[in-house]
Amino acid sequence: MLLVQDLSITFTMYDRGLAQKQLAVITQLDLDVQAGEVVAVVGASGSGKSLLAHAILGILPDNAQVSGTILFKGEPLTPHRCRDLRGKSIALIPQSIGYLDPLMQVGRQVHRTAQLSGLSQPAAKAAVDRTFHRYGLAARVKRLYPFQLSGGMARRVLVSTAVVSQAELVIADEPTPGLHPDIVTETLNHLRELASEGKGVILITHDIEAALQIADRVAVFYAGTTVEIAQAQDFPSGKIRHPYTQALWRALPQNEFIPIPGSQPNPEALPLGCLFSDRCSWVTPECQSDRPPFLQVRGAPVRCIHADR
Amino acid sequence: MAISSFPRRTAIRFNRRQRTLGAIALCTLFLVAIVLSNQFMGDTGLDPVLTQRNQPPSFVHWFGTDWLGRDMLVRSLHGMSLSVRVGLLAASFSAIIGTGLGLAAGTLGGKVDAVITWIIDVFFSLPHLVLLIMIAFAVGGGTKGVIIAVALTHWTSLARIIRAETLQVNSSDYVQLSYKLGRSPVWIARHHMLPHVIPQLLVGLILLFPHAILHEAALSFIGIGLSPHTPAIGIILSESMRNLSTGYWWVGVLPGLLLLLAVKAFDTLGENVRALLDPKTSQG
Amino acid sequence: MLIGNQLAFRYPRHEWILRDFDIAIEPGEVVGLSAPSGFGKTTLSKLLAGYLTPLKGRIILDNAPLPTRGYSPVQMIFQNPELAVNPRWRIHKILAENQPPDRLLLNALSIHPSWLDRYPHELSGGELQRIAVARVLNPATRYLIADEMTAMLDANTQALIWQTVLEYARSQNLGLLVISHETALIKRLCDRSIHLA
Repeated sequence: MLLVQDLSITFTMYDRGLAQKQLAVITQLDLDVQAGEVVAVVGASGSGKSLLAHAILGILPDNAQVSGTILFKGEPLTPHRCRDLRGKSIALIPQSIGYLDPLMQVGRQVHRTAQLSGLSQPAAKAAVDRTFHRYGLAARVKRLYPFQLSGGMARRVLVSTAVVSQAELVIADEPTPGLHPDIVTETLNHLRELASEGKGVILITHDIEAALQIADRVAVFYAGTTVEIAQAQDFPSGKIRHPYTQALWRALPQNEFIPIPGSQPNPEALPLGCLFSDRCSWVTPECQSDRPPFLQVRGAPVRCIHADR
Repeated sequence: MAISSFPRRTAIRFNRRQRTLGAIALCTLFLVAIVLSNQFMGDTGLDPVLTQRNQPPSFVHWFGTDWLGRDMLVRSLHGMSLSVRVGLLAASFSAIIGTGLGLAAGTLGGKVDAVITWIIDVFFSLPHLVLLIMIAFAVGGGTKGVIIAVALTHWTSLARIIRAETLQVNSSDYVQLSYKLGRSPVWIARHHMLPHVIPQLLVGLILLFPHAILHEAALSFIGIGLSPHTPAIGIILSESMRNLSTGYWWVGVLPGLLLLLAVKAFDTLGENVRALLDPKTSQG
Repeated sequence: MLIGNQLAFRYPRHEWILRDFDIAIEPGEVVGLSAPSGFGKTTLSKLLAGYLTPLKGRIILDNAPLPTRGYSPVQMIFQNPELAVNPRWRIHKILAENQPPDRLLLNALSIHPSWLDRYPHELSGGELQRIAVARVLNPATRYLIADEMTAMLDANTQALIWQTVLEYARSQNLGLLVISHETALIKRLCDRSIHLA
């Protein structure tokens, strides 16, 4: 349904005085999402996960330069098409209720979202009622304001904003920040249900454990590029290929809890070769001269020339 | 097959940062030129030259001449220069009062804050033009009257802004943490609060100038401001009102335009300085 | 030893968040705390670190009340590092607010020298949290309260920060209170854990 190839996004920012600097925040990013599957996008903060969502929705700021391909259902996503599809075929589940209008009742806001997606007044009302009922939200919740919602209720309202629009592609941006495990599981299950209905779901998160609970495939982002797109079961079975993916898995508290030192490279001055080369234990001179291509290794695409170890 | 599905941003001649700095430079030059203009021109052009009365704008007299033959451009520049200087003085006093009270309300809190907020609310509820006239009249008018009247009526919005900024900084996590790291209130005021307050103060001050200038013009216009012998803009406009029916439009319209331009220049300057000083918006 | 004795707290005209709550942390001990939202975890952290005063009960540090002036031996790390730093300061000033930081510590936390000249909004959450941690790891700190310190961070940064903090705590005999939702993390880090229900 969604195909992203070789996407690159550069921001032009101002340095001191009149000088400008270029930040290559996303470079050669590849991703694909089919209908009916959940693809998790996992990476550290600053790895470009949210920017990808903004690019798909067409809400990048003016100082962003974009190149590469984004195809939605086979057709390119031009800014014009983004505007048309946003909220109708492609919906976003925002990160927190801070994204809702604090002065409007939630029922009305979800209703508005439904109307903006093309439904008529009565159809929108029916959609809101149906969706709230589906997620166990009582009718009176419609008249509450965002600040009156408890953590779990807020999560369910946010999911509703995407579901009422009948979107085919749903992007969930960090839906489980610091939440209680029970609410996390519930939210993730809702997303899984959406995929079962035939929608494509992109789950953006830094939390691998949460991702593995419901994802079919996991795309690992590092410093603005995709380093691996693995099947979910590759993680527990140890089949993961890229050294960064392996480092992330090993660093989990229930695994070895061993980190690798260093941090992501500066987008103002990305290394010439592999973006991970300064932290990688497998590094060789070839790694530092050219960016590794995104090739299939043992059944999944990886961006590493040593992945077949 | 990598087709570019997004158009590249068309190159604009000047980027946003250059335009901001350009606007600031231009406005500052314009305003400085106005203020210093009377140094260069001296007193020439202010004396009546009865042979060139009532001439419309021409290449010799860009703003035309008035009923006494005086060159209107020279008169307007003198007037503007005077008005700007009076306005700057009045606005500065206003800013000092406003900042002082705003800081006090924000840091000391409690009863001090309650009293100051109450005073601010009272001032806001009174029609400030009436207050302005009353104070100027009570003090005896003239230049002194204008400065005192403007200073005493315009400190309120700046006080509110500074108070809000101070309160926000004081209640922030990083200031609370600063206390826990052992820093004294004075150190915190100097290192945490000042960098937040100064930009607001600067922008607030710059945006106060046009108000002060307009009010000086208004007061002079109705006769309570500067002495009618000084060519302040308000005086010029007031005199031109008397001559409106004569059809010599340039005597009122052109000085008025100059006033408008100067006010707009201050406004633009203030907005651009504000955009420049916020570390988040100044970069993107 | 850091003791919270019969603590009770609520905000004016609100429900009681904590009632008759006792807690004790020994030097060198790592204690975990988990609870559903709204059970007062952040309130407890703020009480123990001296940001809030209990309405009933007391906080006792080594048989004396918490000092109100000077460097507090009980330091707290906030969940959102963006709020714990002055957005108008550069990183090197933030780090040096208490005292100039130890070079070895900066290396252990992988704090890159190029970050020092930047503003907070130019760094990511994970990078900022490392700065916040580096700021308080010094000999004057005796107890560290980590309020969901790594909840927003990826697995690698989480492990990196905790390994450094644990090692420092062991070498200096610091008492640690780890507040978190994640059972795996608490099991890995803590000597004992408390669960509020």
